[in-house]
Formats: sequence, C-alpha cells, structure tokens
Amino acid sequence: MKSLSEIDTVSKRSSKAAGYSWGIAEEIGKNIRLLEIFSLPGIKNLNDFLNKKKNIKLENLNLIAEDNIPNNSQYCPVITGVNFLDQIKTLEALSKIKFKNIAYPLLFLPFVSRASEIVGKRILLKLDEYEFLLNFNNNINSNFSKKEIIEIAKNVSIKILENEDSFNDQEWRELYKLSEETFVEENDSLKQSGAGAGLTDND
Amino acid sequence: MNIPLRNPKVVMKLSRLGSFHQSRLSFLRSFLKEFKDWDYKRDLFELNKNGYGTAIFSFKKKNRVYSLICFANELDENERSDRVIATKWDTAFTLFDGVPTKLDIDRLKNEVPKQEIGRLSYKELTLSRANKSVRVFNHVVESLSNGVQPNKELLAKVGYLYRTTAVYGSGKFGLADRFRIKNREEIYGPFRLEMMLVYLVRQFTFDQVNHVAKNRNPNKAVNLDPEICKSLGIGNSTGLGMAPFIVNHPTLLNNWIYAREASLKQIREIKNAAIIDSNLFKDCLKKSIKNITSWNTESEYQIKKIKSLLRDLNKFILFLDNEFDFNQEYPFNRIYEYVEEKYEEECVEYVVSMMLEPYDNIVSPFIKKMSSEEDKYFNIPTQRKVIELKTILEDKYSEILNIDFTKKESNFNFWFISKNKEEPRLANRFDENGSDLEQPLAIARDIKKLYETLSIYKDSSTIALFLSNNSDLRHVVRRAFIAEKFPYSEIQDNTIGKEIVPIDMLRLKLSFFGALKFDPRSDKWLRICMFQGAPLPEQLKNYDEHWVYS
Repeated sequence: MKSLSEIDTVSKRSSKAAGYSWGIAEEIGKNIRLLEIFSLPGIKNLNDFLNKKKNIKLENLNLIAEDNIPNNSQYCPVITGVNFLDQIKTLEALSKIKFKNIAYPLLFLPFVSRASEIVGKRILLKLDEYEFLLNFNNNINSNFSKKEIIEIAKNVSIKILENEDSFNDQEWRELYKLSEETFVEENDSLKQSGAGAGLTDND
Repeated sequence: MNIPLRNPKVVMKLSRLGSFHQSRLSFLRSFLKEFKDWDYKRDLFELNKNGYGTAIFSFKKKNRVYSLICFANELDENERSDRVIATKWDTAFTLFDGVPTKLDIDRLKNEVPKQEIGRLSYKELTLSRANKSVRVFNHVVESLSNGVQPNKELLAKVGYLYRTTAVYGSGKFGLADRFRIKNREEIYGPFRLEMMLVYLVRQFTFDQVNHVAKNRNPNKAVNLDPEICKSLGIGNSTGLGMAPFIVNHPTLLNNWIYAREASLKQIREIKNAAIIDSNLFKDCLKKSIKNITSWNTESEYQIKKIKSLLRDLNKFILFLDNEFDFNQEYPFNRIYEYVEEKYEEECVEYVVSMMLEPYDNIVSPFIKKMSSEEDKYFNIPTQRKVIELKTILEDKYSEILNIDFTKKESNFNFWFISKNKEEPRLANRFDENGSDLEQPLAIARDIKKLYETLSIYKDSSTIALFLSNNSDLRHVVRRAFIAEKFPYSEIQDNTIGKEIVPIDMLRLKLSFFGALKFDPRSDKWLRICMFQGAPLPEQLKNYDEHWVYS
C-alpha cells in the first residue's frame, strides 16, 4: 500500500511535469491525498487526466460567476478548483453556482471540500447524477461509491448550505427533556448551599 | 528586563545556521530523556559465527512496544559503499510498531535489505542501513577475541563501529505516515523514532562485535568494556538529500529555531543566576573543549572553523575565570552581548548552546513544541489585499529584496532531483543541463520576482485576483503568509548563489539532531557521529543529562 506521503509527493511532481506551476502542483498533491483519505479514486483520475490532458481542449476559468459555460471546450478541473478555493469568500454570497462541462470533476471536488472548511459551511456538490455532501472537509457523504474515472461532468452545481439544524424543535425538546433526568431537584437547603454564592446579591 | 528575540535576519543567515551546535534541544538528547523510563530488551539474537543473521531490540512501556529489527548480511569488500549509488549494505534495519510476528520478520527479511527499492508497510516506522568501519570493526574483533581491549586512540579517532548512510521515516517507501502516530505523547518532538532507530542500532553494533569475537575464540574472548562502548557512537554520512528539507518545511524550521531563540531570550532575562547554574554552565563549557580537540577532519573549511572556535573559546574561558562576575545582574545577557561583540559566529552559537545546559526548566517545555501541524498553514488567505502582502515582503524579506538576480553569480546554481536516486542535487545553471526542471528551492529569487510583480497591481486588489493571473508565484505567496506568522521559517539568504555552502544547511539540521564532530568531505556531504558518549540502554534509568561533556 502506498503511504499518503508518497501519494502527495508523486501527485505533486507529476502535476508539475504536466505543466502546472509548483504552487498549483502543491495544491494537487494535497488534494489527491485528501481524495484517497476519503476513499475516492484520486490517483486513478489524476493519472488518466494528466495522460490525456494534451488531447483535451481545456479552458481555464479564472473568475467564477453564478453561471459558468465554456466556449466549445471543457473547464480544467484544477484551475477552476484553485480559483473556486481562492474566491470562496466572495462566492459564499451566491446561493447556487453552476458549471457546464468540467473535465475530470473528481479532481475539482477536493477544492470544494477545502472551501467548505474555510467558510465553515457544508457544501452540496452535484456532478451530473452524483451528489456529494462536503462536511467542513472532515468527511464526504455521497451516492458515488465506484472506483472509477469520471472524464467529464456536463452539469455541475454547487450549493453552499446555511448552518441549520437537521432536526425540528419538537425532537430537540424531547431529547432535552430526557437529558434533564440527570439533574437533581434542589430543596431549600441545597438552593442555599449548592451554588457556592452568597445568600444575598445586594452585598 | 525584556530581551527581544534575536533578529531572524541575523539568525537565519546560512553562515549563522551553519554554525549551530548540538544542545539540550537536540533530538537525540530529548529522545533519551523521554525513553529513559522505558524497558529495554534484546528479544532475538540469531546471528551465525560471523555475525550474520537477525536480531531484535525493543523499548516497552505499558502496552506500547517499539522493536528494532536488524538484518546483518555478508557483503563483498567491493560491494561496500557509503555513496548513495550503493545497493547493498552490511546491515539493514527497520523500527517496527509493536512486536513483530514471524510472518512480519519473514516479510521484512526480504524487503528491508533492499532499502529504497523494497516495500514497507504502515506497521514499520523508520528504515535505515549501515556499513562497518571495516578497519575499526576488525581491530575490535581481533582484540576482543585475544582477550584484550582495543586501541582506544584508534577508536577515539573514528568514533564508531558502523555508520548509517540514510535514515528514512514519515511514509517513505510505504512506511507509516506521521498521522498514524502523531498523537502519541512519547513521540512529540521531531525525528524521535529516527533517533530511537539509531540508538538501538548502536547497541546492535556492540552486541554483534562481542558475538563475533566470542565465536572466533570462545575460551579467550572478552566483551567490549562498557566504558569503551559508551565512548562510541554511530557514524553517519549525509549528503544534499537533507538540505531541501529545511526549505520545504518552513513551519517546522521555525519551531526548531524558535525553541532555541525563546530559550535563549528567557535565559538572558534571568536577573540573578544561581551559583549551581553558573557553575554548571562553566563546567560544561570547559569539559566540552575535549570534544573540540578530538574533532578530526581533513576539510580545510572545517579545520579553519574548529581553529577559530577553539581560539575564541579559550579566550572566553579566560575571560570567564578572570574577569567575569556572575554575581552581577543579568549575567547571561552580559555574556551573550560580550561573545556577540568579540567572537566569530561559530563561537557565539556554541556559547548559546552551552547557556541552555543549566536550564532544563526553561528548555524542556519547548521540546514538545518543536513539531508542526504543517497542513494548518497550507491554505492561502486569498481575501487579503496586495498591499498587505507587499508589507509582509518588505518587513520579512528586506535583505533578500536587495539581491540583484540579474547578476550571474546570484543566479548561479539550481536544485534538481536526480532521476536515478530521486535525491536532491545542486548544479551550475550555466554549465549543466536540467535547469528547466529546477525544484522550487530558489526562494529568495522567487520572492523578489513576487515583489516586482505585485508592484503592477493595485494595493486594494485581492490576493485571489493576483493569483488568478500569476499561478507561477503561488508557492512563494503561500510562504510569505507563513513567514508573517512564523519569524524563523525562512532562510535569509540566496540558496542558488555562487557562494552558497550547502553543508551550512546540513549542519543546521544535524545540530538539531544532536550530531557531533562535523567532518565535511566536500562542500556537499559530510560525516558526523551520533550518540558518542551517550548512556547505554541499561544505564538509561539513571544517567547524567550532560553526558555529552563527560
């Protein structure tokens, strides 16, 4: 089994060799490590992407908008991802961000996962039929469980979710009431001695 | 009195970093301190009469066990090489996490001797190999088998029976990643498991030499005197592989240097030094002269440095004995200011190391802070503004911004990774091929380029906007924001200039390891000795923490 350190280093070096700058290659190394930690096929997708990169008409998306449509080409997952990460503080204000045609979108995913940690909000990422709930870069819930290469996602959407409870008030009240059963009912004596404060608040 | 931390623009110069010496902060000393209460055991020793076979040594405490597995193999004379091109060694080692099963040992017997081309697993923590100093090893076997102790002068001159040529950890070749073990309290502090490996290898060398001597002449042979064992360490040949490490791990570098600088600051702020402390300082200093006079090297560069160090230290000792009054206020601050004014950098940093000796209470808390969670500082704060980044560069890199990189001598060298050994190398940019594959280690040049490029952007522009047009500078933008938080994270010199002495970078790292007797064999590799004078495993429970000077 390859160590994460090896995965990071080899991904970084191969990305540099494929034409990315050292700074971008460092990002890719960290991202592939992240994908592999989350049991997503990072190395498999990166290897295929870097091998075929020269034959794909890739477009760099520098300034990300609400709707992003490439001109008869595919967005580079790395440059789009780097700029998404870098611009996340601005993009946070948008309710939904859409992209058409991102090449090798699993390579775009870790940038979005890291963005989730930066803004402190969950992000729902949809890559065609696959959904990924990115939880603050700590874990990923997904209906994608295959170890396969995704060469393109034709419709990509990103929704930055507001921090809301996943339960209703009634459920919370019921659970809270149960938790109260660990408390002790105070009699007069305990009320006077238990808190440790003085007997009057006017001193 | 509030003494400021020393200026990073002074401390982080390569000539200064290349003058660092071992200290209480050094990893091999902090390793011994941490593991002194652990139970040491030789679990397996299956060597044939010539000393070839398998051995296992362990440290155990409660449910935690670390086992060094040693494989000693026969090696033809013409196959023995310390150079990185070697493919066979006298011995190969791995530090195993726990107690290895027979299956583990069989697997490792096949992989560990292959080193870089073998495959390790998450169960193994570190990997190394070592070659005999044949002359010394044979002499010791010969002497012991004849019932006499070896020639101490010869042993003192070399200082070890074996020397390692590499020690790997942190996920290399399939070894365990650091994240698997980083929460173990006993290995807070960098390179602790690498130090454990080297320390146990040292014990293997003594047991092996005794075993071979005994088999050669069972009736007459004696064991190597424990005092002689104690005086021997493990040699190490080290090349440029280590140099980029300190550039590639800026927050870690900061934490090492900061521990030293913050300790020094607190010691300089001591108003009244206790007699016991000032005496310990003087005692260590005087005894340490023995280490310097037994420091052998043929390197003119190092001989000059040793001579200067010895001359300065002798003058300093005379000054301490005849002129200096430890009863005055802030005595260590006075001493620091005096040596900084009077002596060379080599001596200044030597005295700084000595000043740390009496103050375990000050130094020890920093030892556990010398590791780094590097990933925490990886993201670039892209919402910040160009003016902020410019200010950081002007503040943290002011001297680097003065370097003229249009001059050939400023841009003379380039760092690359050799294809055949996957190790870093340095070469002349104008004579050699390969500069198009340069590693991102020319930080000074790239910082200057970043500063120049920033000047055409509006101060109010965001870093996000800047990076969307300048991805080639992303690696140094990241570093600059790290340098803002970590004052000692950056070497304040040009690492590709004509005048660079790469062994300065090696010496910095090796001083933190705790190496003694730096012996440069060129400007790009050197030999050192580790654990020379250190207590033996059976002596660990009650040992003198100042053993380096005894």
